[in-house]
Amino acid sequence: MADRDHDHPHEHGSELSETQLRVRALETILTEKGYIDPAALDAIVETYETKVGPHNGARVVAKAWTDPAFKQALLKDATAAVGTLGHVSPVGDHLVAVENTPQRHNMIVCTLCSCYPWEVLGLPPVWYKSAPYRSRAVKDPRGVLGDFGVKLARETEIRVWDSTAETRFMVVPMRPAGTDGWSEEQLADLVTRDSMIGTGLPLSPSQVAR
Amino acid sequence: MNGVHDMGGMDGFGKVEVEQTEPPFHEEWEGRVLAMVRAMGYAGAWHIDDSRYAQETLPPQTYLAVSYYQRWELAAEKNLVARGYVTEEELKAGHAIGPAKPLPRARLTRDVVDAGMTRNSFFRQQQGPARFKPGDRVRTVNINPLGHTRLPRYARDKVGRVELIHGCHAYPDSVASGRGDDPQWLYTVVFDGREIWGADADPTLTVSIDAFEPYLQPA
Repeated sequence: MADRDHDHPHEHGSELSETQLRVRALETILTEKGYIDPAALDAIVETYETKVGPHNGARVVAKAWTDPAFKQALLKDATAAVGTLGHVSPVGDHLVAVENTPQRHNMIVCTLCSCYPWEVLGLPPVWYKSAPYRSRAVKDPRGVLGDFGVKLARETEIRVWDSTAETRFMVVPMRPAGTDGWSEEQLADLVTRDSMIGTGLPLSPSQVAR
Repeated sequence: MNGVHDMGGMDGFGKVEVEQTEPPFHEEWEGRVLAMVRAMGYAGAWHIDDSRYAQETLPPQTYLAVSYYQRWELAAEKNLVARGYVTEEELKAGHAIGPAKPLPRARLTRDVVDAGMTRNSFFRQQQGPARFKPGDRVRTVNINPLGHTRLPRYARDKVGRVELIHGCHAYPDSVASGRGDDPQWLYTVVFDGREIWGADADPTLTVSIDAFEPYLQPA
């Protein structure tokens, strides 16, 4: 049963949940058998907690908003284009960027599991992996957008990209009005995670205190 | 397989609930599970589609009742036992009992974590020319395999148009059944919402899937 010596002192309550016990048991077995290095696990967790997140994707979008040649390259081959930006972690081989326009709004989903462009957006939020989103996004995207408080014009085309293979999609939202002359860094603050999934829009200048 | 994981178009799950300022992990164990699965994948214990298939074959009641990372953990246990890396007895005991089985590749150590976290490439050597090109009209096949597939139910036997071609990729339906990569051309195929959901569908909606060549026929 539980090895109480390993309890973290900050954990509230004295009982470990069944799941915690199960996970600890599994890690113990894999470590004892030499399959995993717990220090490597620490580093993986730390990476997702501190390094990988939507700020990476926001830099990509802000660059696309200010640099037409980069935007063109991004829409043609996102893997290669993002690879030219030193600050973003390697994205593997299969990233595709899709552009929102006044005529068309894009939205990303994975109906079969939870595929998501981790390298540019970090770990997916719980709602992205949930049954309500996975079931409805392909059938009633306007209803889903309503859950996020987003209302599009009735004539706007909606394109839903179901990530059914190893291709990963990210949305390049439209640059908000009133941002002429803004730097890439300022613009990146307007780019929300949800705007790169397609369930949100970028912030407007009045929504960020500068 | 026609499992509960294949959720596209199902009704009744309710509203999308958004948590503001969500942390990367809600519980410490979630990060450990993610990291264990990544590390074992790095060492070649399984392919990503083996992980998916192990989740898909959980009892549907379990799949819907447990959390995302609990699913990962249950799938990892299944795959470890099925592949002979861990025994049921060891899982019950909570510690190693028998000898380790050699891993196909070196284990993930701290000094190579950055490299180990870069996504694998799924490109494979093409076995022949692509059968379709962007603009082609295609009809998806009507298949209902018991094994793993990435053709969702809602997109079977539907007419669409090839939009993008992504090169030749490892074929999940083959990989997850132990038949190897069997490389196939991969396309983004787009469908009109009404082709999928009928006349009542949102007329502004188009839906695309990424479809491996065996999923497609000329239309």
